Amino acid sequence: MRNEKTTTEIAHGIRARVFEHTIRNNGGYLSQACSAAEQLAFLYNEGLNLGPSTMPMVPPPFGGVPSAANATYVTGAGYNGPFDAVHDRLFIAPAHYALVAYACLIEVGRLAPEGLEMFNKDGSSVEMIGAEHSPGMEVHNGTLGIGFSTAAGLAWGRKRLGHTGRVCVFMSDGEVQEGQTWEAVQAAAHHGIDNLWALMDVNRQQCDGAMDDVMTVGDIATKLRDFGAVVAECDAHDLGALRACAATPHPGRPLIVLAHSQPAQGMKSLMSRFPRLHYVRFKSEEERARMNHEIAAELGVAPVPLGVH
Amino acid sequence: MEMVNRPYAAAFEAYAIQHPEVLCLSADLTSSCEIDGFRDRHPEQFLSLGMAEQNMLSFAGGLGLAGFRPFLHSFGVFLYRRPYDQLMASIAYPRRKVRLMGFLPGITTPGGMTHQAIEDISVMRTIPNMTVLEAGDATEVESIVAEADTVDGPVYCRILRGSVPRLFATPLKIGQMRVLSEGEDVLVVTAGITTEEAIRARAALAAAGVSVRHLHLNTLKPFDAAQIVDHAAGVRHGVITLENHLVTGGIGSMVAEALAEAGLARRLIRLGLQDTYAHGGSRPYLMTHYGMDALSLVRAVERLTGQDTGIDEDALGAVRIDAVHSVLKAEAL
Repeated sequence: MRNEKTTTEIAHGIRARVFEHTIRNNGGYLSQACSAAEQLAFLYNEGLNLGPSTMPMVPPPFGGVPSAANATYVTGAGYNGPFDAVHDRLFIAPAHYALVAYACLIEVGRLAPEGLEMFNKDGSSVEMIGAEHSPGMEVHNGTLGIGFSTAAGLAWGRKRLGHTGRVCVFMSDGEVQEGQTWEAVQAAAHHGIDNLWALMDVNRQQCDGAMDDVMTVGDIATKLRDFGAVVAECDAHDLGALRACAATPHPGRPLIVLAHSQPAQGMKSLMSRFPRLHYVRFKSEEERARMNHEIAAELGVAPVPLGVH
Repeated sequence: MEMVNRPYAAAFEAYAIQHPEVLCLSADLTSSCEIDGFRDRHPEQFLSLGMAEQNMLSFAGGLGLAGFRPFLHSFGVFLYRRPYDQLMASIAYPRRKVRLMGFLPGITTPGGMTHQAIEDISVMRTIPNMTVLEAGDATEVESIVAEADTVDGPVYCRILRGSVPRLFATPLKIGQMRVLSEGEDVLVVTAGITTEEAIRARAALAAAGVSVRHLHLNTLKPFDAAQIVDHAAGVRHGVITLENHLVTGGIGSMVAEALAEAGLARRLIRLGLQDTYAHGGSRPYLMTHYGMDALSLVRAVERLTGQDTGIDEDALGAVRIDAVHSVLKAEAL
């Protein structure tokens, strides 16, 4: 399914929606929208072969966890289209990017804008840390580092079943600090799982701050190649380069695209908070008001009306 | 007593080749888990995941998502201690049909603390969506493969390997405990390798005039609390649990919970590892050392009834001694 908007427009829309949400709620994963907007827009609008959503535009409320007694349980994967042999599957491995992913679903017409109003509300399926039942999610990835393993298993299975659809993982660079990521890459290479690829947001940031201060990871590309992956690298905000990287042939091996991103792309004012970018909560009403106007001006949108305080 | 050599190997192969959606996964303990022959004869159904259990569990979750039913083979302890997060997020929560085949339960390994799954039942039974089974003889090892694969969700199985006694003539059925004797003095509840110990103790106790009601459990979750309570209500002196596991969180705890919730006042003695790690040694040595053998059960019966039975080691007959270093596996690991 192709959207009428351009990928550039969708990326801009993601930033604007997450900005508005963050200002309105005095908090949000705003930097992740800066770094990942083009990547998610690219995946949903061009990079993946996704069928039409099978889920309602307004997400149903939380329907209970999986259990033998919960016969009607469904995941949020239907927002990415049907499960069939020909379409791709997508895992959002860093589940705290959920706000950005929901904004993307709205921009590509798979989710109603009201869906974002349900974000982090009690009884809602639109959870802060994307759960299995949240729109666009298929598995729990809130514990970082398990996404690529699960995707490798699914991809192996789909290959065995003769599916032509591929499996894609949107990853974050912080996940390379987890040992499981390396176990997964070596296993995918060992078993020749080449219907699997990942797009990694290399923003060099993590919860505690800049990755180089928290835990140095060295040259990710070289390490991934040594573990058996085909690696392509690009500027995360250059759509032409993203397209070229995603098209890299990788017979017999998984492909991992390292998209080097800026944690304040499109919202330079955010850098005044560096390195505290993981979750933006404004320190004062003054900072909130200043960011509201400065970022709105950068994005070319109107400041968010905040009412009387 | 009939001894069966490698019952798991034959049973798994016979079942798996009839079910192409069953996959055999191993984490570098292929011969130790008796699936080396399967690997060699059916490589297309075998996946080597290497010494990387965290990935193996999440990978298996992905295979389950694709509609396969992977059987994961490793020592029980390696299937939940390191990869507990993956077990929760990738297998248990989404109810993947993953079959966790845990070899060397409790003190059945001379490998010491790192190899001995002594809290696996406790951990596994608290996990929502998980089914927990334990094989107690060759027949149950043979039948646990197909039975586990009927579970609509994940299942953890305690598996016995190598030379295994045949105690039962009928296959393991999930939810069906075995009533091995119908006595009225003491209720004894066992599972896995402790059942054989209790059978030996029972014969001596009967000769000494103590009538034992003996239950063998193979389904630890779901736990049939109602039936346990019924049996406990039918004995005079109380209940003894004997388990190849810590007494906290395992069968002893399950029985205690069942009695308490039913409001049935019965004395309860829980035999097994008493808030301690074990160490490396032979199975008979460890069972004696940690009070998990037939004689320990006899002494517990005496405490409950207040009567000396006069039973000693000799009366319990010749104890079966397994060679720690057998020809089947040089390391015995």
